[in-house]
This record gives sequence, structure tokens and C-alpha cells, in this order.
Amino acid sequence: MSFAAGQQVRIASRSHDGHHRTPAYVKGQTGTVVRIHGTFTNPETRAYGEHGLPKQQLYLVALSSDTNEKVLVDVYEHWLEADE
Amino acid sequence: MSHDHDHDHDHEPIDEPAIALRVQALESALVEKGVISHEDVRQRIDWLVSRSPADGARIVARAWVDPEFKGRLLADAREAALELGLDPGPSPVVVALENTQNVHHMVVCTLCSCYPKALLGPPPEWYKSFPYRSRAVSDPRAVLGEFGVVLDNDIELRVVDSTADIRYLVIPRRPAGTEGMDEEELAALVTRDSMIGVAQPREPVTA
Repeated sequence: MSFAAGQQVRIASRSHDGHHRTPAYVKGQTGTVVRIHGTFTNPETRAYGEHGLPKQQLYLVALSSDTNEKVLVDVYEHWLEADE
Repeated sequence: MSHDHDHDHDHEPIDEPAIALRVQALESALVEKGVISHEDVRQRIDWLVSRSPADGARIVARAWVDPEFKGRLLADAREAALELGLDPGPSPVVVALENTQNVHHMVVCTLCSCYPKALLGPPPEWYKSFPYRSRAVSDPRAVLGEFGVVLDNDIELRVVDSTADIRYLVIPRRPAGTEGMDEEELAALVTRDSMIGVAQPREPVTA
């Protein structure tokens, strides 16, 4: 599933054995896609000597916040779910 | 470290020697397996320490004097950097973020130490420290305050966590009173920390 800028998303709260680039503090949080960076090899397999294919879309997601402090974090597509 | 136990060996300082030994072991293993050579490592270190915030500062100064360049920088930072003879390379991808009167960006890598090394050189020690990496996302205004930056409450603070393939370069706001300055003079105002977003640029010295 791909996402559009402005779309509401939820970052998956699953655990993952081994190297991955989704920090624990963002798992389960909701947010808004603010930027679509393009596709990159998947660090979860690349870290173990593989080619990291298929490439994954990378998004900049602004975590939901009701103040004027926002945390924006880069998240790969397979960690995102649509937040209906 | 506690010294109330009885033994006859010297204690190493904590951390550095242990990590140095691990790095040496890793490098030896990679060389042995033919993945890299010692020369590769040496060249990479030479390249890294040859980079400095002066490169990023040139880019920011150009953006301050040339709005069209700034537009190109925000759209594609590598292409813009190439115009100044600087090449951050295709990967990781550099993305520039502009601070405005309404928005202030500050950059962190909570997972490790991702940093636009190609344009700023090696990251400062504090950038790699656990306190900065955790507090930048949990209490960013306090962290900024410790760096001497107090933002007006109506300025939106965006903490950008570079967890993946993007390296963020902050374009700080041009200080007031710099209208008559040329690009080189402006670049001297652009500090490393202002391009991480934990400081404002230097103020111009008024004669």
C-alpha cells in the first residue's frame, strides 16, 4: 500500500528481531505523511549481506501532536498502515 | 568505577579502548574476508575529516542571497550543492529544511548518529550521545534552551529524526543587520550547530 502526502497513517507497533530503522518510541503512533522521499533498499535485509530488495518507499511522517512541537521521522512503507 | 576490589591489573579507561578493540576486530575480520581493505578504511577516514561545516555554510550563504538557488536547494540539495562544486553524493540523500519566522527545525538521529557528513564533516560528540538522542525528541525545547536558543512560543518546533536514508541540513534564518554583507561574510556567520538546528547563526559584528 502506498501513501500520499497529507494522509493519516499509523506506525506499526510490531516487534522485529534484528536490525531495523523504526525506533521504539514511534511504534503505534499516528501521524501524517509530510514528504515522500523515494525508494531505498531495505536495511532490514541489507544489514545481513543481502541486496535489500525489493526497495521500500520512504516517508517523512509528522507524529500527531496537539502542541506546536512536532516530531518528524523517516519511516519505510512496510511499517505504515492507513489510519482510518 | 569501583576500586574496592583487590587485583593487580590496571584499569583501562571505560568505553574507548573497549570500542576501539571491537572496531579493530571488526576491521580485521572484514579485511581477512576480502570485503574491504585497510586502504579503503584509511581513504574513508581521510575523506571524512577533510569535510567541514564550511561547505554547508557556503550553501546556506548562497541560499540567503539567492532565492532561486534556495528553491533549487529545497527541491534537490545535491543538485544545488553541485552548483557550488560540492558533491554530497547520491546516497545517503541530503534534504535541506528551511527555518522561517514560523518554523524551526532541529535534527537528531535517535537510532545512531546519521548526519550530513559530506557537507558538515564528522558529527560532534554530543550529537552521538544518548542524552541528546533521547531528549531531542522527548523535551526538545529544554534541549534548545541548553544550547542557548529560546524560541517564541508561536514558532512551531519540528524535530526531525533521521532514522533512514536521508540526511537533513537545516538552513537557518538569515540574521538581521546582514543586508550589506557579501556571501563570504555571510558564510562566516553560519555555524555547524545552526545547520543542525540547535543554534542560531552568529550575529553580525556591528562597527
